[in-house]
Amino acid sequence: MINLAGRDIRHHGGRYIFTGLGLGLLIGVTLTMAGVYRGLVDDGKALIDNSGADLWVVQQGTLGPYAEPSALHDDVYRSLRALPGVGETGNVTYQTMQVRHANKDVRVMVAGVEPDAPGAPLYLVSGRPIIRNHYEAVADVKTGFKQGDKIKLRHYEYTVVGITRRMVSSGGDPMLFIPVQDAQEEQFVRDADAIVSDRQRLAQNPRLNPPGVPGVLAAVQENQVSSRSVNAVLVKVAKGYDPKNLAGTVKRWKRLGAYTKDEMTDILVVKMIAVSARQIFMFLVILTVVSAAIIAFIIYTMTIGKIREIAVLKLVGTRNLTLASMIMQEALGLGLIGFMSGKVVATIWAPYFPKYVLLVPQDALSAFAVAMLVSALASLLGIRTALKVDPAEAIGG
Amino acid sequence: MTLTQTQTPAILVEGLMKRYGTGGTAVDALKGVDMAVNPGEVVGLIGPSGSGKSTLLKALGAVIEPTGGKITLDGNPVYDHGWKIKDLRALRRDRIGFVFQAPYLIPFLNATDNVALIPMLAGMPDAGARQRALGLLQVLDVGHRAAAQVSELSGGEQQRVSIARALANHPPIILADEPTAPLDSQRALAVMRILNGLAKQYQTAIIVVTHDEKIIPTFKRIYHIRDGKTYEEAGEGRDIG
Ligand SMILES: Nc1ncnc2c1ncn2[C@@H]1O[C@H](COP(=O)(O)OP(=O)(O)OP(=O)(O)O)[C@@H](O)[C@H]1O
Ligand SMILES: [Mg+2]
Repeated sequence: MINLAGRDIRHHGGRYIFTGLGLGLLIGVTLTMAGVYRGLVDDGKALIDNSGADLWVVQQGTLGPYAEPSALHDDVYRSLRALPGVGETGNVTYQTMQVRHANKDVRVMVAGVEPDAPGAPLYLVSGRPIIRNHYEAVADVKTGFKQGDKIKLRHYEYTVVGITRRMVSSGGDPMLFIPVQDAQEEQFVRDADAIVSDRQRLAQNPRLNPPGVPGVLAAVQENQVSSRSVNAVLVKVAKGYDPKNLAGTVKRWKRLGAYTKDEMTDILVVKMIAVSARQIFMFLVILTVVSAAIIAFIIYTMTIGKIREIAVLKLVGTRNLTLASMIMQEALGLGLIGFMSGKVVATIWAPYFPKYVLLVPQDALSAFAVAMLVSALASLLGIRTALKVDPAEAIGG
Repeated sequence: MTLTQTQTPAILVEGLMKRYGTGGTAVDALKGVDMAVNPGEVVGLIGPSGSGKSTLLKALGAVIEPTGGKITLDGNPVYDHGWKIKDLRALRRDRIGFVFQAPYLIPFLNATDNVALIPMLAGMPDAGARQRALGLLQVLDVGHRAAAQVSELSGGEQQRVSIARALANHPPIILADEPTAPLDSQRALAVMRILNGLAKQYQTAIIVVTHDEKIIPTFKRIYHIRDGKTYEEAGEGRDIG
């Protein structure tokens, strides 16, 4: 038996292929949207995995440090270390900043970390980790900074000594790691004018500057300008201890918040990007509907264009099933061309996106299934039209 | 020539009725048509516009349902106040060949496959179907164009391919609806010559609906249809070689 669909497609040639390619661009966009979502998830996971921590100790009652502001005293780690099961600890601060570099503004998330403690980047692409406690930096490759670059933040200038990768904030900003002491000053210490103005206010307040007690004002002023806060303490749990139990202990005895890796992943990956995920899902739905409409329209037009032939085929005894399968195969062919070209273009253009686009085979597989399903459904309109054709139409009036 | 009583007619129509629609707008297109065509015979069906020619052809082709009377093909009742055959599609495919005013070839198939498709639909293996198609194209003198696409064929060649298609399942009956209308008189006569030859060769019963003055003299027997009724008359039966 002749494959009618194949012959008809060959007969339509260019028009059919071009429609398939156009559809491919749409499917490419769809795959990319899915990749953007996967990228968001993967960024969040990378941020957590590459920190080398098992436990995040944060301000009580907050989802910090990534999802909500959290502040702790920077000596909390001492009391944590006294707990059984706490291995290494690392004070960390996170702050998003605009950095001017090489005449360009780069948004980065500045992470203050202790050298060689949880929180510091685990893998470097090049260079070396931060070893001094001051004025060194490790930058994510996406910042565009190079080894040896001098980066000026608010107060100090830092030398980039190493480059890491896949370290971005949940907002997609690449990270810049600096020593935590410097970061505390960058984050919490105000500029000189603000300090002077504050001091004057304090001096005028009789309760903070009681006459005859000179030590009080000095103490208050010193307290005001010191920078004794961090956003979180990252903990590496010692061998043989369960992070979940340790989190419970920290919460109960230290009046702090504590999250395990799984809980942190849930906060960062599930809760924070939930809205983005829904946003992307809406796009996917719309793109699917548009693709379906295009396929349906093209197949319908192709069917309308051969009403006479269909009437003749019916008159000479062609089964409805044969006609329906011809039309469905034509639709599936469009879906197939669309999927294949979509996969190709998505793979080509994904690296050029500013944020991470992660194309996973599983998504491609689902897209393929959806493309085939949508094509099949879209062909129903054409099939219905063909089945309604009256074979008597082949015989003139 | 009248019907030979000893022979079973290929097509026997008795008191056939067809009413389109119902109530006040109903049209009685056939009001008791009688007709008999023997194997190997080519008869003309002529009549003024709106007289019911196409309606009769569609009823014989089992694509519209009559509203009364009988159709018997090769002695088998097909319609007798209701269809007597379940699979009308198979009836059309296996026992009736259709030739239309225009060739209506399938544009995405070449000449051979336009013909071969018909036996393939009936379940014949591809190679056999194509071989049969080639043979028919040769009979119709378009064998040399067997591989051509429809768009590459002339009007006359297309018409001959479409006749080959009508013959593809060796049907005992061919229904032709104004097959010569778009052709000049030479080509029109050529088509009639082909149909007459096929009728003789394959013992096919052929009904040709026509308005065409050029071919009317070729029929030995003619049915006039007027106001939904048929009147049989002898034709000139002019020899066209
Ligand atoms: N589907 C239909 N519904 C209603 N009336 C119809 C239908 N088809 C045909 N008729 C009517 O039935 C009558 C016979 O029509 P038919 O098509 O058989 O004529 P015809 O002899 O083929 O005419 P022509 O030579 O113009 O083709 C006409 O009055 C026509 O208007
Ligand atoms: Mg007519």
